[in-house]
Amino acid sequence: MYRYDAFDAAFVRQRTEQFRDQVARRLSGELTEEEFKPLRLMNGLYLQLHAYMLRVAIPYGTLDSRQLRKLAHIARTYDKGYGHFTTRQNIQFNWPALVDVPSILEELAEVEMHAIQTSGNCIRNVTADHYAGAVAGEVEDPRIWAEIIRQWSSLHPEFSFLPRKFKIAVTGTTHDRAAVKLHDIGLVLTRDAAGAVGFQVLVGGGQGRTPMVAKTLRDFLPKERLLSYLEAILRTYNLLGRRDNKYKARIKILVHEVGIEEVRRLVEAEWEAIGRETSLDLPEAERARIAAHFAPPDLTPRPAEPPALVEALATHRPFRHWLRSNVKPHRTPGYAVVDVSLKPIGGAPGDMTDAQMEALADLADRHSLGEIRVSHAQNLVLPHVAREDLPALHRGLAAAGLATGNNRLVSDIIACPGLDYCALANARSIPIAQRISERFADLDRQADIGPLEIKISGCINACGHHHVGHIGLLGVDRKGEEAYQITLGGRADENAAIGRIVGPAFDADGAVAAVETIVETYLEERLGPDESFLAAVERLGLAPFKARLYPDKRAA
Amino acid sequence: MALQVLTANRLRDGAVVYLSPDGSWVERVAAARAESAPEAVARLEAAGRAAVVAREVVEPYPIAVEQGEDGRLIPVRYRERIRAEGPSIRLQCDEEAA
Repeated sequence: MYRYDAFDAAFVRQRTEQFRDQVARRLSGELTEEEFKPLRLMNGLYLQLHAYMLRVAIPYGTLDSRQLRKLAHIARTYDKGYGHFTTRQNIQFNWPALVDVPSILEELAEVEMHAIQTSGNCIRNVTADHYAGAVAGEVEDPRIWAEIIRQWSSLHPEFSFLPRKFKIAVTGTTHDRAAVKLHDIGLVLTRDAAGAVGFQVLVGGGQGRTPMVAKTLRDFLPKERLLSYLEAILRTYNLLGRRDNKYKARIKILVHEVGIEEVRRLVEAEWEAIGRETSLDLPEAERARIAAHFAPPDLTPRPAEPPALVEALATHRPFRHWLRSNVKPHRTPGYAVVDVSLKPIGGAPGDMTDAQMEALADLADRHSLGEIRVSHAQNLVLPHVAREDLPALHRGLAAAGLATGNNRLVSDIIACPGLDYCALANARSIPIAQRISERFADLDRQADIGPLEIKISGCINACGHHHVGHIGLLGVDRKGEEAYQITLGGRADENAAIGRIVGPAFDADGAVAAVETIVETYLEERLGPDESFLAAVERLGLAPFKARLYPDKRAA
Repeated sequence: MALQVLTANRLRDGAVVYLSPDGSWVERVAAARAESAPEAVARLEAAGRAAVVAREVVEPYPIAVEQGEDGRLIPVRYRERIRAEGPSIRLQCDEEAA
């Protein structure tokens, strides 16, 4: 993975020292809250419902064991012993004291981490496929490009005060695990007819109160030209994006209002002008230097069905569940990519204790070359595990409470922090996720139901990705009471779609029961176990679900 | 006017606090100073502004409260009840400690 050079290290240390001084000046009264707030936000420090919240960037969701141990140390020393992994591959600490944050940032800098650009109207943490560099079928490892974009966008003077925040995601395969169509810019590595590598460039996707699936801005952009083209998009947006209304300020609104053809014309004209002025593109030597950090590990093919694995499969039921749902094929025969569930039955999605972080760091060292990934679905991944190690890894994960075999099943729920933590939320998300997960606790039942992604947001800002949940739940305030609006048929993959509202909102008890009714309806109506929930919703439409959910009303 | 108390977050650590009858900031809503007369609520808000200047708290604002059966003050809105009582969920770290 990428390691800081002397410039990176000096820069992050300098920022930490600056923030220590800013906090001291705030506490002494030299800075007012009005003056201090933008400074703390630039360092990822929010003030939430109960306390400050520090959002730490995990670039493209890649961590090493040393960094995970540091996060554990921070959770234990400065927080309440846990952290929360987010849908943007970041981690949030929910309880840091302002006076401790400079020390936390100093500790993060020791392991090449920071909280810069995790807030504000700038280019946020660039996200990527969490299986990057580990699965077959990649055109290139998307993290190379995510890192190049990270370096280009860090403190970019022209793009530090955009009309609104800006999110970029990169994938190296046509099967999209990074939700690129739901980002301001989505980049899909691809090849042209001659075999040259470049990007399909998507623009104007996003969730929030106006969910939109991105449109194709360019079918093929030579990879060498990426930065100048991104610069052209950002310049166009910076100039034309609305600043009068924050709810209409994202680039998706610009694309919607002026049309993709006009945006394309403006971007291409700007790109041409940039090309005449100067070259903003990265020299090949620098690209190669960065790419070398992401060279695939030197793995020798190993047996696909080693005796220890075969025996565990035959004798250990939880291992079977886990192997079936959480273990994915690796690019090297005899290896596997392992999803580590942060969704224990009845747990808070994405939460992880300090002890669990340390346990996983040890397991990563033992079984996965010390590497860990964070997925946007709030799980972790061990990307390079020999299949013969899987039984031992499973035992280690089980001992740490991290072996739930529910990847992409009904209890693998995405949920934002909701009203239990977030100052913006209208309703709680986590307790609803916990109750749904408990209701479907039986892993046999979950396996029978098959892939089913439930996503819950506590407000219309949609941090819980409810718009693209196969079943989405949106928390709303209905006359002072929490209520939940349900959508069906959303998806975040290469066929991204926004879910459709099924009917009037339910109270909390009703919402949990409604999810069960929806699942029962699917099981009754599906053509067979091979027809997934999503396929059934696409075939059936909403009518049979409405009929069961609202029996007193005529189904539409 | 409904019964009101003044809440804020403490500057140094962000903790949820309430203005108490003696002018200090306390972490229990039950120990807050409650007022219903508009001029008294205005005095609470003035005290909040002074505490911001004194760097004790940030973002003070009045909230509606009611008296429970035992006479204790309880926020009316559920958002404020969660703020007063902490997350409604049992934290994993609490479970491990239990």
